[in-house]
Amino acid sequence: MKILVGYKRVVDYNVRIQVKPDGTGVVTDGVKLSANPFDDIALEEALRLREKGIAEEVVVVSIGPADLTAHLRNGLAMGANRAIHVQTADTVSPLTAARVLLKLAEKEQPGLVIVGKQAIDDDANQTGQMLAALWDRPQATFAGKLEVADGKATVTREVDAGLETIEVDLPAVVTTDLRLNEPRFIKLPDIMKAKSKPIDVIELGSLGVDAADHIKTTHYAAPAKRSKGVMVKDAAELVAALKQKGLL
Amino acid sequence: MSKILVIAEHLDGKLNNSTARAVSAAAAVKADAIDVIVLSDAPDAVAAEAAKIDGVSKVLTVARAENAHPLAAVYAPQIAKAAAGYSHVFAPSTTFGKDLAPRVAALLGVSQVSDVMTVEGPHSFKRPIYAGNAIVTVEVDAASVVVATIRTASWPAAGSSGSAPVEALAIDASLPSHTRFVGLQQGKSDRPDLQSASKVVSGGRGVGSKENFEIIYKFADKIGAAVGASRAAVDAGYVPNELQVGQTGKIIAPELYMAIGISGAIQHLTGIKDAGTIVAINKDAEAPIFEIADIGLVGDLFKLLPELETALG
Repeated sequence: MKILVGYKRVVDYNVRIQVKPDGTGVVTDGVKLSANPFDDIALEEALRLREKGIAEEVVVVSIGPADLTAHLRNGLAMGANRAIHVQTADTVSPLTAARVLLKLAEKEQPGLVIVGKQAIDDDANQTGQMLAALWDRPQATFAGKLEVADGKATVTREVDAGLETIEVDLPAVVTTDLRLNEPRFIKLPDIMKAKSKPIDVIELGSLGVDAADHIKTTHYAAPAKRSKGVMVKDAAELVAALKQKGLL
Repeated sequence: MSKILVIAEHLDGKLNNSTARAVSAAAAVKADAIDVIVLSDAPDAVAAEAAKIDGVSKVLTVARAENAHPLAAVYAPQIAKAAAGYSHVFAPSTTFGKDLAPRVAALLGVSQVSDVMTVEGPHSFKRPIYAGNAIVTVEVDAASVVVATIRTASWPAAGSSGSAPVEALAIDASLPSHTRFVGLQQGKSDRPDLQSASKVVSGGRGVGSKENFEIIYKFADKIGAAVGASRAAVDAGYVPNELQVGQTGKIIAPELYMAIGISGAIQHLTGIKDAGTIVAINKDAEAPIFEIADIGLVGDLFKLLPELETALG
């Protein structure tokens, strides 16, 4: 079985996001970029399935500009067999990303496509579900546990009500939640090895997907700030303050 | 002319209050009609509840044995068909809506507006990105159907004094059998539900252990609050996952939020930004939680919580 892993590059989760004063975007110049944490979890899960002998090949996929190569090398250093770079200078919508992944799924015929439940930049939480819809295959979102056997996956999903378990026929799309696993660290020798692994570069325009975006972002703003409140001395003062507000 | 289809969320024959919140957002669009659709094997009780939501024009029910559990792959083709003639399809931005709505959107050939915080116009919305560290305004093509999930913490539940008619809807859609429900393990609790409670008491790493967390439960019970936790407390194994409050857990907006022994990592603060009053109790006076707390109290939680209980009488 082959596993396709969505592997998006985003602003690093430790970066404090600043909105540009003119409202045209967030500051990304000189800001550290790294793999979307949920996609790292997706890649880790794929690698574990390969290590268990359930999968033979793990392919990481990224959509983005020419300078994504270093990012894809990280995915290869973590352990992916090869990478596909769908090149475009434009920011793509979740629907376009899903259409691109569909083309690749049709070509590569994976048993599983694993992607993060959301990217921590646009927080859209759409691509995996959309791919599953367009591909007409099952989806198992927010996976906290994944077991694959006999052409089926049993997935425990982290839902608001608790833990839901579903069974899906393969091929299927799985989106990862935080607790699925803890991604491994990349070791230096693996970085060297990754240099000889293949990266296929495909122009997005050559895939024949509709990349039109019918949702436009017109303005960026900083969130309303909560102001610092008052400090109380002891329990009695706190209770009095809350009673005064009618909260207790 | 706007006509909005709101997807009802329900469990065990009860309507989830996220549905009435999504209806509030629909009302903000100033739609000509707001219809709620209930998919279930036995939709009557849920439909009766949905019919009472203020502002609802009518409730549509789709009763099929396959709809016994909320599987997105099964629900989406039915919603996509039912959406014909509607300008908007709204779902709550809960795990239910987040799972289902993008699958519906893709079937309708559109991207989705995720986590709507405010409605600026029928095709203009504000939503958070970067874990709420930036708020964007998005404009959807006037010619496209708008599929959106509604950030429940940003919207009050619409009232329940309505009496909309209920209509059964027959939808001709072939449903897949490739996705099967196995089971749902619910965190059993007599306490209020964390997502919708008006008071929440959360504990963090400062609580120190699973055993020590009893003091949080005890205090929460005293004031009738739901119990939450920071990611640090969940990761340390003090409490189960479903109690996690924050960007990667639950985003909540109770009237009163008490953060006990929580330092206030950005990821946690994102989950409580819309709370009415935030109280922080922490022994570290420099903890970032005090920067956003409405009322702060520096001290040892193991001493202060019993004192608070005494002061409450």
